[in-house]
Amino acid sequence: MGITFRKETFRDDYTFRNSPEHIRRFPFPFNEDAYMYAVNIEPHVVGPKGSVLENLIDVDEHYVAEMQDRALVLAEDPLRCQSLPHMTLAGWDLLELLMEQQALGYPEHFTLERNGDRWRWINRPLGIDDTFTFGDTSTLPYGPMEYITRQSQGDFCILDQRDGNLWMDAGMVTTQADWSLDFDIGMNFFEWHAPVPLAHEKGIFTRALKFLTNIQQGKPARRLNWTMTINPRLDTSPENYHKWGPDRATVTPENVGQKVHLRVELQSFWRLPRSNAIVFPIRCYLIKMDELVTQPKWARRLHRVIRDLPEELATYKGLTRYRPTLVEWLSKLDDGSATSPGFGPD
Amino acid sequence: MSTGTTKLDVVVSDVVPVNELVTRFHFRRRDGGLLPTFSGGAHVVVEMRDGDRTRLNPYSLMGSPLDTREYTISVRRDDVGRGGSLFMHRQVKPGLEMVISYPVNLFSLDLRAKKHLMLAGGIGITPFMAQTSQLAGAGGNFELHYTCRTASLGTYADVLQQRYGNRVRLYHDDREERIDLDKLLSSQPLGTHLYVCGPAGMINWVRDRAAALGWPPETVHFEHFAAPQPGAPFDVTLAVSGKTIRVGEQQSLLEAIEAAGVDPPYLCRGGVCGQCETNVISSDGKFIHNDHWLSEEDHRSGCKIMPCVSRFEGKSLVLER
Repeated sequence: MGITFRKETFRDDYTFRNSPEHIRRFPFPFNEDAYMYAVNIEPHVVGPKGSVLENLIDVDEHYVAEMQDRALVLAEDPLRCQSLPHMTLAGWDLLELLMEQQALGYPEHFTLERNGDRWRWINRPLGIDDTFTFGDTSTLPYGPMEYITRQSQGDFCILDQRDGNLWMDAGMVTTQADWSLDFDIGMNFFEWHAPVPLAHEKGIFTRALKFLTNIQQGKPARRLNWTMTINPRLDTSPENYHKWGPDRATVTPENVGQKVHLRVELQSFWRLPRSNAIVFPIRCYLIKMDELVTQPKWARRLHRVIRDLPEELATYKGLTRYRPTLVEWLSKLDDGSATSPGFGPD
Repeated sequence: MSTGTTKLDVVVSDVVPVNELVTRFHFRRRDGGLLPTFSGGAHVVVEMRDGDRTRLNPYSLMGSPLDTREYTISVRRDDVGRGGSLFMHRQVKPGLEMVISYPVNLFSLDLRAKKHLMLAGGIGITPFMAQTSQLAGAGGNFELHYTCRTASLGTYADVLQQRYGNRVRLYHDDREERIDLDKLLSSQPLGTHLYVCGPAGMINWVRDRAAALGWPPETVHFEHFAAPQPGAPFDVTLAVSGKTIRVGEQQSLLEAIEAAGVDPPYLCRGGVCGQCETNVISSDGKFIHNDHWLSEEDHRSGCKIMPCVSRFEGKSLVLER
């Protein structure tokens, strides 16, 4: 029967919301009542039916609306999509990966027909039916990375691997938590992570780089990251800070439930076969507080996590201004009872 | 989590003698499907079941990365080695079912290069077979200089010249032809990357001259798999698993650890990738370090060993495994 795609917006009137099924499948990122950095990487293997891990590349009810929002961002600012000249081959690798995974997971919505180098790609939700020559950029309306990432939820960074490091040499970044591809393009792993507090001292990035440079073909890995966003805005970029930064001052006890959103990133890491690069999809999931607290366990746990978060992390995640209001609101839903282990709702 | 690779069940689809020392092996998937795409310079680890012994040797993939119906490797017979190449030459016949690893690339092309300058010695030609196929298919700029002992031992020299004409230069030792390396390295356009694969002496020579002539280290790439060397047997205690093992004359330390049922992570089995790095808890004797992974300081410290290629002589060795 397939997915019923919602008509909704991530700007202006902000009509985004999750259906009850999508609330239950939300990738809640806390498996205990406190949060601190860890190298929380695990193999990216298929998870339970009905979860966001049911397919390795997840497509959900927000797909069409997210792709429309991406097109709006790109029309205003084409530098959100960049690929240095040596990264075209990696772009083809990514096109193959995303077409194969989307067609495999959602055959009612996507079809890939391969006849040698001649490929036909049918994307029914977006009304696309293109035939092209794999490897020949002139047969597509955009470069291979831009073409397929205009049709895939989440941001994508392609990291070139050389000299024992990873280099941010290509990407499509329009749904980011306050970082800029245009600023980071060409940087290495330590350079683009320089602003993150506490983690350098713990040696987390040295270990993470060692792990990532050893990611093997056919063995992708994943981790979750999180922050919070006021209003369901996908494009919280530094370039548009003037549009969304002031929203943080608009949170009141009356509007917390509608305005404050938990923003979770499902990050995965894949070795690309032809280019030997790594692709790093960053898939953003939003849920408003009113939706989240329909699961009592999540409400209790989120209260404790936000209340006890170290100050540096709260600052880095941009929560400082509205944290007291949010904690007060959540505290009314926390009766102090124990929460069960694990991420899922009770 | 495991850092090893996924395995592929394959069948030997062809065995082709190339010259008096080198034989080529073709592998296809047992289920008839396509093999994973790979990038030029990648290797696979071939598992050889030889009676009660298991050898795991890395070989460069030499086919075109565009053709994933089969993988091909070329194996040079080594009559004084530990027996892996002899097993391949004598025991492996078409139809034999084998297990190989997914491809891993530790000798990747730098795709920023304006030109790829490749230097091969002997069987070191194999990764360049795949890399030249990849570059030629994409209109890449490359030049290959290939040194071999004699014309008849110039494995694939004819194929390469046929494919790429004067982009391939041959040098035969028996005719006393030698690369004028300094001239070659001094006359390259800016943005050239240098790749070398061959005997250790050749790799060291090329790296030294490139450094002396001012090539930035990040533009010099080399494939330096050390084959594990045979040596006197020695005893090792594995502290974590509580086992004491003997490493045989023809066995590597890593193979002996695996034979005891302990599985350290590995990728290259040639002292390059760093995966099997092992801490030494105590030792009384002399290390024979053969890897290219640990620093000289690590080698001197006696606190670490790469069990894939390095050995030990002395009274006792206790490892954190």
